Amino acid sequence: MRAGTVPILEVRDLSRQFGGYHAVADMALAIDKRSIHAVIGPNGAGKTTLFNLVTGVLPPTAGQILVNGEDVAGARPDRIARLGVVRTFQGVRLFPSMTALENVLVGRFCRTRGGYFAALTRIPGRPSAVEAAARRRSEELLERVGLADQRHMLASELALADQRRLEIARALAVDPQLLLLDEPVAGMNPVEVQEAADLFRSLRDDGITILLTEHHMSLVMAISDRITVMNYGRKIAEGSAEEIKRDPQVLTAYLGSEEAA
Amino acid sequence: MLDPYIESILIFVGINIVLSLSLYLPVSAGLLSLGQGGFMAIGAYVSGYMTSVMEMPFWLALLAGGVVAGLVGLLVGIPSLRIKGVYLIIMTMGFGEIVRVFYLNFEPTGAASGMGGIPVHTTLPVVALVTACVLFLCYQIRGSRIGRALEAVREDELAAEVIGINLTQVKVAIFGLGAAVAGIGGCLFAHYATFIDPGQFGFQRSAEIFIMVVLGGMGNFVGAAIGAVVLTILPELLRIGGMQEWRMTFFGVLLVIIMIVRPLGLIGARR
Repeated sequence: MRAGTVPILEVRDLSRQFGGYHAVADMALAIDKRSIHAVIGPNGAGKTTLFNLVTGVLPPTAGQILVNGEDVAGARPDRIARLGVVRTFQGVRLFPSMTALENVLVGRFCRTRGGYFAALTRIPGRPSAVEAAARRRSEELLERVGLADQRHMLASELALADQRRLEIARALAVDPQLLLLDEPVAGMNPVEVQEAADLFRSLRDDGITILLTEHHMSLVMAISDRITVMNYGRKIAEGSAEEIKRDPQVLTAYLGSEEAA
Repeated sequence: MLDPYIESILIFVGINIVLSLSLYLPVSAGLLSLGQGGFMAIGAYVSGYMTSVMEMPFWLALLAGGVVAGLVGLLVGIPSLRIKGVYLIIMTMGFGEIVRVFYLNFEPTGAASGMGGIPVHTTLPVVALVTACVLFLCYQIRGSRIGRALEAVREDELAAEVIGINLTQVKVAIFGLGAAVAGIGGCLFAHYATFIDPGQFGFQRSAEIFIMVVLGGMGNFVGAAIGAVVLTILPELLRIGGMQEWRMTFFGVLLVIIMIVRPLGLIGARR
């Protein structure tokens, strides 16, 4: 951690066991504000479990998860989301029978107000100021991820790359400070990967911190300010792309030693 | 003037639409209940007691019936939200039975011998007005911020939760609202029947309400309403023709055919 600034996310001695299996063990991590931080590692290294712990989907067995200095270990996912930590899923989890626009609008839920009374008194066709603002913002976000033309399509009808984009737009609708992307370019073609890289950089430039896991190494090396390497639930290395590329432990564990190839 | 037989069918169409929508509301967030008969009983007994014994005005009783049933719904809803799918259905069934047995033993409302002397207030205009209000409620919720959250919870709870939707809050509220609407339906029923007993609100009733929603289509409040209309009118239509004793058999066969032809309900599409 650089001196003087509180990391947006800090994880201390974080562990999660499933029976006798240590999916994440004594993990430590500090994510600087306005950075792109990648967590890489072989399949089963504990990356997704780490994401599940940080976003409250799973409670940790032990350890601390500090969001802007506040310990949120064991908190419910919706509370963590409202603190500005929002994720996407490796398998893409959209609301399939809702349109793209509605998916993003749901993301505005926790940043807007209006309960049953507001619902009863609304005038169809004449959205309230709150509703109109939410729609405007959602349309902007769809445009930003390149889905403006598909906004009235059902989420289930979108191509995989577009579904991933939509999931990111929905997460952005929550006004995240920290965006966790779990293999965001899996299944994308090279052009789509390039577009995703540009999007991630522009989000960082807007002040959003990004924590991602990815197997697409050239993307990770190109966009990451910092990389953490996990294996068997533990951190085995951390540094810049250049440092990681040269780290002998990483080479053995992950990037392919002689016997693995 | 309207034929009294036709009028009674229309009144039941309205009551059943209200009951069907009382289940549609929690279903819109993925919560299935086989205990709506229990909430209906609470609304019927509370309002019936108020108008007959306490001689209070009908509209006040209607409101109170809905509010009390809704509050009980909130209480039942809190544990219901940790339970999912089939287990929730069984829990709500258990709740419905508890309410029935409660009124079976509750002396102030006549226990097993039932409660009579409830004044008639459920006329066709009253039913039409209340039904219209409940339909309006469903329509307004559907396109609102709350409606979107309900749909999101139904589609994928985890995805809804990680974008900041408090599942407990959303589910408890809609379960309570559905219970309140069922209570209002019970009040309408009580003030038409004038005599109520616990047997009228048992499992059979809950199952009927369940079938209306499934038959009409769970994805859409219009479907639930149409399910209620079909399920009320169809058995009456089957009276035409000579085979009275086979009427309910034909009815059952028709239900099976409808579900085979339209497995998602009569109004299967989302909107």
